[in-house]
Amino acid sequence: METVIGLFNYWIVIVLMMAGFYIVIAQENMIKKMVGLSIFQVAVFVFYISMSNVFGGTAPIAAEGFTLYSNPLPHVLILTAIVVGVATTALGLALIVRIKEEFGTIEDDRIRDMEEHGEESEA
Amino acid sequence: MNPADIFIDIFLLLLMAAVAIAIVRSHLMFAVVMLSGIFSLLAAVLYVHLTAVDVAFTEAAVGAGVSTLLFLATLALTHVNVEEKHKPVRVVPLVIVTATGAMLIWGTLDMPHYGDPEAPANKHVAPRYIQESPKETGLPNMVTSVLASYRGYDTLGEVVVIFTAGAGVLVILGRSRRRRRPGVNDEDGDNLEEERA
Repeated sequence: METVIGLFNYWIVIVLMMAGFYIVIAQENMIKKMVGLSIFQVAVFVFYISMSNVFGGTAPIAAEGFTLYSNPLPHVLILTAIVVGVATTALGLALIVRIKEEFGTIEDDRIRDMEEHGEESEA
Repeated sequence: MNPADIFIDIFLLLLMAAVAIAIVRSHLMFAVVMLSGIFSLLAAVLYVHLTAVDVAFTEAAVGAGVSTLLFLATLALTHVNVEEKHKPVRVVPLVIVTATGAMLIWGTLDMPHYGDPEAPANKHVAPRYIQESPKETGLPNMVTSVLASYRGYDTLGEVVVIFTAGAGVLVILGRSRRRRRPGVNDEDGDNLEEERA
């Protein structure tokens, strides 16, 4: 039981990560792939923040009467990662808008068909 | 560790897992985007519970706010409402994902337990920052002092990344606007397909 509680966070993180991974490799819609990628990202964030937590510790802001704090370093890393993650998401979504204008679809398998069969299948 | 804390932790994590499964199964794009906003917000609540208040603040503003807005804008620009030919389950990816997940779970078995103050990650560099940074920088918030003072160059690098991404978005989207202009009756993207045909 103690092991289950001690590792439960990590197990759910892996479930979330695999849900995102499944969307990216198995589903064709590109917007949905970006959502899958951001689920994967959040799973990594939850993993780091879980590791930084200390039982009985408080938020890492120095105050009178507290001596035990959570580890602030993973917080800093993830703070940076969240912002960079949104920047990459924005770039990916801009590319999706361009792909829609160019191909008329954002379904990965249909674009692959177009590339393989060339222009004649479209015309 | 207090049982109520563990209960809240498990409850939030299960809720996040349920939302993630709902995203995998849904094929309405608007629902997918809104569920991803809910997912980010749940993550923010979990971060508050795990005493990472700065991260929770950023996740709520940037993850749940800006990200969802970007996804909604993309939906509006691409006119995509429903995923085409939604396949319920695909076997090969499912096997790959299950195998990867099983190996990762096997890998967690010898990890230090959640909340363990003796975990190596919490023993090495962190105590130095916790004890010295309020005195050295004069800031009570250790996350801020590491972000803006000790690792200020990293934050500068982060700003460069955001600037580059912003410039990239403008270049990618701006180009398509210019290319549309020469057409006579150009209203939206539909005419591009006609030209190609």
